[in-house]
Formats: sequence, structure tokens, C-alpha cells
Amino acid sequence: MIPELGEFALILAMLLAALQAFFGIMGPALRRDRWMAAVTPAVSGQFVMVATSMGCLITSFINNDFSVKYVAENSNSSLPLFYRVAALWGAHSGSLILWIFLLALWSIAAAIGTSRLPKPFASRVIGVLGVISFGFLLYTLATSNPFLRLDPPWPDGESLNPVLQDPGLAAHPPVLYTGYVGLAVAFAFAGAAMLEGRLDREWARWTRPWTTAAWAFLSCGIALGSWWAYYTLGWGGFWFWDPVENASFMPWLMATALIHSLAVTEKRGLFKSWTLLLAVLAFSLSLVGTFLVRSGVLVSVHSFAASPGRGTFILAFLIVMIGSALALYAWRAPLLKSEAGFELTARESFLLFNNILLVTACATVFAGTIAPLIAGPLGIGKLSVGPPYFNPTFLLSILPLLALLSVGIHAGWKRGNLGRRARILLLAFIAAAVIGCGVVFGFFTGGRVLSPVGVALGVWIILSSLIDPIDRLRRHISIPRAVLGMTLAHIGLGIFVISITSVEAFTAERDVALSAGGIAQLGAYQFQFQGVKPIEGADYSGVAGTVILKHNGALVDVMHPQKREYWVQHTVTTHSAIYMYRVSNVLVALGQDLGDGRWSLRLQVRPLVTFIWLAAFIMAAGGMLAISDRRYRLEREPAAALTPAALAAVPAVTRSEAG
Amino acid sequence: MRAGYLLIAALMASLLLAASAAYAIAPTQMPTPQLEARYLRLIRGFRCMQCQDESLADSPVDLAADMRRDIRDMLLAGKTDQQIRDFMVSRYGYFILFKPPFVWKTAWLWLTPGAVLLVGVIVALTIIRKRAALAATDPQDDDLVDT
Repeated sequence: MIPELGEFALILAMLLAALQAFFGIMGPALRRDRWMAAVTPAVSGQFVMVATSMGCLITSFINNDFSVKYVAENSNSSLPLFYRVAALWGAHSGSLILWIFLLALWSIAAAIGTSRLPKPFASRVIGVLGVISFGFLLYTLATSNPFLRLDPPWPDGESLNPVLQDPGLAAHPPVLYTGYVGLAVAFAFAGAAMLEGRLDREWARWTRPWTTAAWAFLSCGIALGSWWAYYTLGWGGFWFWDPVENASFMPWLMATALIHSLAVTEKRGLFKSWTLLLAVLAFSLSLVGTFLVRSGVLVSVHSFAASPGRGTFILAFLIVMIGSALALYAWRAPLLKSEAGFELTARESFLLFNNILLVTACATVFAGTIAPLIAGPLGIGKLSVGPPYFNPTFLLSILPLLALLSVGIHAGWKRGNLGRRARILLLAFIAAAVIGCGVVFGFFTGGRVLSPVGVALGVWIILSSLIDPIDRLRRHISIPRAVLGMTLAHIGLGIFVISITSVEAFTAERDVALSAGGIAQLGAYQFQFQGVKPIEGADYSGVAGTVILKHNGALVDVMHPQKREYWVQHTVTTHSAIYMYRVSNVLVALGQDLGDGRWSLRLQVRPLVTFIWLAAFIMAAGGMLAISDRRYRLEREPAAALTPAALAAVPAVTRSEAG
Repeated sequence: MRAGYLLIAALMASLLLAASAAYAIAPTQMPTPQLEARYLRLIRGFRCMQCQDESLADSPVDLAADMRRDIRDMLLAGKTDQQIRDFMVSRYGYFILFKPPFVWKTAWLWLTPGAVLLVGVIVALTIIRKRAALAATDPQDDDLVDT
């Protein structure tokens, strides 16, 4: 009964999304006030129906209803309650429900957030969101319905993949999806502007907080995934340029470019069509990313053919969404002229290069990601593209970006006089260079050619970001939250650069074979192996090793790396033991039983690795701080002539603004 | 079994349930630190032929263990890194290399980043030239303090 209710609610949600799309877009086009008035009830109704549907699916998971195929395939009665709920997004159909739910949530937020904006614009935004909702709901119902029943029901479920049974999993997909889906709002604002043929500085101010919010969630989601993989696996790495990682990283790069481009559009009314294009591309990449991962094309091209229904639908949906957005863009973009000017050394130039470099970085990742997919048709045979390709090519655009940042944030708008900032900036640069070389060649030994460069750039970014806030504090000038947020995000980036450089240059690792009592040395650390003991958990059994960690002979910690075998799937997983000593991460992973009481162990010391994820969260916090700036909340009263009715009465194109 | 692989697993668990999260932890005893470093660099640059996006250094499957042994034997026999790489490519194809080769058909891949950057910089400079000419006549001067 409950699954049928969920399916019915999903069908109603699809119909409401269709109404939302129709009234939202046609209402302003045909100037029907009553159609526009129907948009809010439609989006509210859609949200209630989607929430009901998701609630029904969660209920089926909690109740262990193994007559529902999706529940039977992804849950098990021995699974703890927490993971029974998290199993909802453990596979394809449920992830789609999560996607749709988050889109409905963002749509409601957008409906509330745009309620004080001109009515035709607000309904167009919600209308575009309705189109996306409708497409996803249709796709889910037609090809990936999670409410399908089994006859007869299974006695018990197949359970959730053990590597996914972790608190990190519970958080990673929803947060990442919140970011992916949030870019739909930026896309909807761009769509509304293109439908209206009007894009001014006000529009950029309305769009900025939404884009930044999506970007912040995306940052957290990517960081959570990387962190989770680091601590749940014995591997110890944090990024491998895997196609699926890239699928989440490309929208992030585009969203970062969009945030900076929007800043110029708001301040100077420049780069309008470019901003629109970035909004379209960022969301397109998040759609392509979702679908590439979803369809399994990235794992194997054959899985695409395995479910031709899904594959064809995905392709059609992508072509319709992206194609119509680009067509609309081609039609409207030429109308968006601007007469504003700026000099070579102005802030605008720096932000233009920021965009060029971020888009280049994105194109680099894109080329490397699709190369294995198109290698066959190109006659290359099978091809692998891994870190040896991505690391140097990515640095090609990212190093100049980092170098320009410190100067760019001090360049004035329009006329780029650094003025009195030039001297202190140079001092900061010298200090950073000294610290960079000192850390790399003094404190540590070794390192690579790029290591001092990396540390120096990171330190320079941090010092340079602090100049303005300190200056304002000394002169008792208030610091707007938007400036504070930007500063915090840039400091986060600086910390990020320093930590990655440190991990790349100073990681020490060793695989050793030890019998009980054996000692291995790695740098200043000693690892004494004390043998293994059997352990048992709720749905697994295994062994836990005991390793005594000492630093220069002083006891630091007793570590217990585990190897587990999950009963239901007969899957073996490694749970490494991690200890944070000062700023370094010490990791011990248990390998194989080599016989005679000897075990293989992997030992790693990674200085500053935790700061990589911390930095990502600092960047996200900076974004959130910027959103809370009061200027995004204070809506200026629209001029008397620009009441909604008056706006609707003027033909759209003539309203296209010059400035 | 990287972050991304887990994400795939999260999204398409049914396909990948058979996969395991165990890692190859294989202590090796190369006679000199130099050989050890070369060995580690080599096995990290080759991919496992059975797994998704795992290097030979990390892959727990038997085939990878055999290949690691082959590489160690070749190193001990005095082969150069290049000879070992050539041998692996002749046997398993370019697929074995995490670093795609620079040949006629893959040149586009290696040239894309530079080409995009070059075009971008040219376009940016063109825009800036045009805008610099407008800067003198542009009336907007108010509220140009920091955002």
C-alpha cells in the first residue's frame, strides 16, 4: 500500500511540475496574471508530493518491505536503522528520488527568495525549474521506478554494499547533490533572463547568492567524498582524477568561474552574455555528470547499451535541455551590449583571466575524462588517462590563476591603480617566497621543484587576502560580510594549496612485513606490530591488528587497523587506523596474512593532509558568509513605472538594457 | 576503489557489489633504495588490467601480483625503465599506462589544454583592448569601491 502511495504521489508530482513549467513560462509570455499566480501553488504542491513519495520509500526501507524490488536489492534486515535510511541513495533509482527531492526543495527556496522580485521574472525562474523537475520525474517513472514490487517478496534483502556502510556515505551524496541541483537555480535565473531578453546589474545581484550557495555545497560534497575515501580505504590517497571525481569537479570549476563573472556583471554590467553562458554550461556539466555516472558509461561503455531505454532517454533529455538553452542563448546574447570600459590592469581584466584559466582547467579535465570513452571510435584502442596526464596539464592553468589572485584582489575597478597597495603586496610576496623556500629546503629536506612555488603561492594568497581586512580594521571601517566571505574563501584556497603541496612533496610511505613484536621505522616514527585479534560486528567479522606508534621513541598512540569480512556479500574491506599527530596524519593499514604470524602492513605519514578537507570547508564557509551580506536581502523598491503590470506590458526586447 | 569509484558504487551498487575494498599491501625487498624507488614509480604508473582505476601498486588481484613480480624481475635483470615500459605496452597495449602516450592519434589530448589557454588569452587580450578604448568615455565612476 505504502509503495503504491509513493508511486501515485510521484505521478501527481510530475503533473504538477508540468503545470508549474507551463504557467511559469507561458504566463509571463502571454501576460496572464492568473496563470502566473498559479505558479506558487503548483510548486508547493509538487514539493509536497515529492516529499510524500520520498517518505514512502524511506518507510519501506525502515519497515524492511522486501516486496519492493529496490528495497530488497539495497537493504537487509540486519542493517542498522541509520544505514537502512541511507540505503535510499545507495543505488540508481533512489538517488534519482533524492535528486528530485532536493530540486523540489531548491524550487521552494527559490519561490520564497524571488517573491519580492518582479512577478514575470519570478514565475519564469520557477517555470524553468519546473521543466527540469518534469524531465527528471518522467525519466524516473518511465525507466527507473523505485516502487516496483516483487512477486513473491524476497525473505531478506541483498543488503547495502559494505564499503558504503559508513557515516561519510550518509552525508556525501546528499551534500554533493545539493550542490549539483543548486546549479539548476543559477540556470533557471539565466533561463528567465534569456526568456525575458533582459539582463541588468540587478539580475546579477539576484543570482549571486544562489550560485554561491550551490558552489558551497558542491565544495563540501566533493571534500566529504574525498575524505571518506581516504579514511575508509587502506589506500590513503585523496584524489585520483577518477572519471566520477572529475564529473563532480567540472561543475565546481565552472561554478567558481561563474561566481567571479557574476561579480563583474553586478559591479560593472559587463560580461553579461559570458555570465549567461557560464550558468548554462555549469548546470549542463552537472547534468552530464549526473547522467554519465548514473548511466554507467564511465565504468564501461557496455553498460550504456545494457539498458537502452535509460540511455536513449538520457541522451534525448540532455539534448533537449542543453540544446534549447544554447539556442535561446544564441538568440538573446547579441542583444546584451555594454558600453563600459576598463584598463588592462583593472580588476575586470584579472577576473577575465580568472575565467579564462578556470574554463581552461575545466576543458583540460573534460578532455582527459572523455578521452578513454572516445578512444575506441578514434582507433586508438583502449586508453587510460590518469594522474600523470592531469597533474601537469591542470597546473598549466591553475598556477597562473593562483599567481594572479593575490594581485587581482587589490586591483581597482575600471582603472587598475594598485596605489599604496603595491608596496605592501611586494613585501607580502617576498615574505611568502622566503617562507616557501624556508619550509621546503629548511624544515623538511627534499621536496620537488614545484614545492617551494606551491608553498610560496599559498602563503602569498593568505597574506595578500589579509591586507584589506587589516587595513579596514585599523582605519575603523566596517567590513561588509561579502568582503569577509571572499577573504575567508581565498584564505581557504591558500591553505588548500599549501596542504596539497605538502602532501605531494613530503608524504612518506612504506609497505612492510612484520611478525608480532617486529618494529618498522618511517622517518621519525616507529611502528611496533603486536599481532592480530579476531573481532565481530553487527554484520561482519574480521581481525584487528595492534600497532604501537612512537615518535622519536616517545609513545604516541596504540593503533588498531582492521580487516572485515561482511557476511551477506562475502566482501572484505580494509579499515585503516589513522592518528593525527601534530599536523601529520599517520595511517596504518592491515594487509595480508603472510603465514607464520607475519602480516603485511602499509605505513604512511602525510603532513597536513587533514587541512586539504578543512580548507575546502573554509572556502564553503566563506561562500556562506558572503551570502549572508545584507545587500542581498535589501530589495530596493522598484521604481513606480516598473510595477509588475507595467513590466509585463512592455515588449520584452525593448527592455533589454544598454548599460 | 578511489573516491570516485566509491561514488559509482554508491550510485550503481548492484553492478559493483562483487568488488572488494581490500588493498594489495605488498612489501618488496629490492636490494638498493634506488631500485626500490624505481620499482615503486613503475608499478604506480601502470594500471591493473582487471580493476577500475587502480594502479598495479594497489591492486589486490592475482594478475597484478604476477605483473609486479615480472617488473621486479626485469629490474633485477638490469633493464631500464624505458625498456620495461616498452615491454608492458607491447604486451598489454597503451591501456596499461596511466600516462597516455604522445602519438599522432592522442596528440589532441595533450595539446587541448595549451590550445584552449592560448585561444582564451588571445580572446581576453582582444576584449581588454576594446574595453580599454572605452574606459575614457565610460561615465560610470560612482560606487566603484570594493564589493
